[in-house]
Amino acid sequence: MSDVPTTVKCLVWDLDNTLWQGTLSEGDTVRPPDGVRELIIELDSRGILQSVASKNDHDLAWAKLEELGLAKYFVLPRIGWGPKSDSVRDIAERLKFAHGTIAFVDDQPAERAEVSFHLPEVRCYAADQVPALADLPEFSPRNVTVDARRRRQMYQAGFRREEEQAAFRGPTEEFLRSLELDMRIGRATEEQLSRVEELTLRTSQMNATGVHYSDAALRELLADPGHEVLVTTMADRFGPHGAVGVMLLRTRPGVWHIKLLATSCRVVSFGAGAAILNWLIDQAARAGAHLVADFRPTERNRMMEIAYRFAGLGEESCACQDALPDAGADGLRRLHLVPAPREPHATIRISAPDLAADHRVAAPDPVH
Amino acid sequence: MSTESTAQGAELSAESIERELLGFLEAKTRTTLTPDQDMFASGLVSSMFAMELVVHLEQTYRVAIVGADLKLDNFRTVQRMTELVLRLRAGSPAVGHA
Repeated sequence: MSDVPTTVKCLVWDLDNTLWQGTLSEGDTVRPPDGVRELIIELDSRGILQSVASKNDHDLAWAKLEELGLAKYFVLPRIGWGPKSDSVRDIAERLKFAHGTIAFVDDQPAERAEVSFHLPEVRCYAADQVPALADLPEFSPRNVTVDARRRRQMYQAGFRREEEQAAFRGPTEEFLRSLELDMRIGRATEEQLSRVEELTLRTSQMNATGVHYSDAALRELLADPGHEVLVTTMADRFGPHGAVGVMLLRTRPGVWHIKLLATSCRVVSFGAGAAILNWLIDQAARAGAHLVADFRPTERNRMMEIAYRFAGLGEESCACQDALPDAGADGLRRLHLVPAPREPHATIRISAPDLAADHRVAAPDPVH
Repeated sequence: MSTESTAQGAELSAESIERELLGFLEAKTRTTLTPDQDMFASGLVSSMFAMELVVHLEQTYRVAIVGADLKLDNFRTVQRMTELVLRLRAGSPAVGHA
């Protein structure tokens, strides 16, 4: 079979005689073999998450990982005395990863067999394979995006955020305010494009047309002065959310046409989609342009229709649409709005380019 | 009074809908609301919450909210949502449909 194997999304490490030499609970002075530290850092930079499943005293083992300066590289460590298959299953569940994307490395054949028996899709490796892991195709993602390099930080921030939200007793509004949400909308860079393509592929619930734009198609539009390819990134006081939205906008004098708006499900609960629309409507109002948005209902994107409709877009016809190419017969609808200036968002601070200034309808020339 | 009996009751009063909606919304937003309070004025109702709200109304009151009826004005206050539910249950055409 010549197929490239599924990329590993999380590698779960055993500790004693795998991540380090020696047995901690027997009082050994443990230290990682040559190359292990470098491997951990390398996999981290490829966007592969790493965790721990170890039979050890949790506090002692974690303190040792901290002392070694390695603790920060691990998410959801499972250190205790239960079966390792339970630990690996837990980790996969919390990460929402399929078992086939999880790898497990342990020096003990019995532990690998136990994990394999209960979780046959998890890929198991012996400790002596560790030096070769970085060269295996399953540990070599095809495309290392900007977000991949900080994936681990994004997950760690996400776990802290979830904990705090679960513990928060006040109104939802106050919680959102406490996050200090920061949204940056910017023109897409070449480097961001791979992530943008990924977003149009993965955001089926929040993709307004269900259309997926290829990297090549987006690259072409990036160079076209009549189009804006805008990428939204978000962060809050816990850390980055990474790239969370993409908008493809065709700007003509008097009418701005949203050909695609897709946002990540991860930030839906913060109102990211509504915030982006609120900003765009304000910009269009300042530019003196009507807004037209393409929408094609799919089984999963009703949330996007609601976001558009709640933002004020409706079905009334307007002469501004005569200038647009035909919507075609494949179920594409056009929603329309004559925009008015909007108040800044209540809980999200937004920084963005001044589209209105760049695309303002020129005031009529004085008659000579 | 359960949701089930609300939906199946032959006649739903505006008062009982308002009461149910206030309970639902206060639990969701963890704030105290009045029937005429504009929940969207601060612009913080998220797309997710908007979706939840629409689905809640549809399932609890067995109505379908589509097209022009999805406009924000219909959802601003508990009173407006109550009016929407009553109108849809009465089967009258959408108001203000273009």
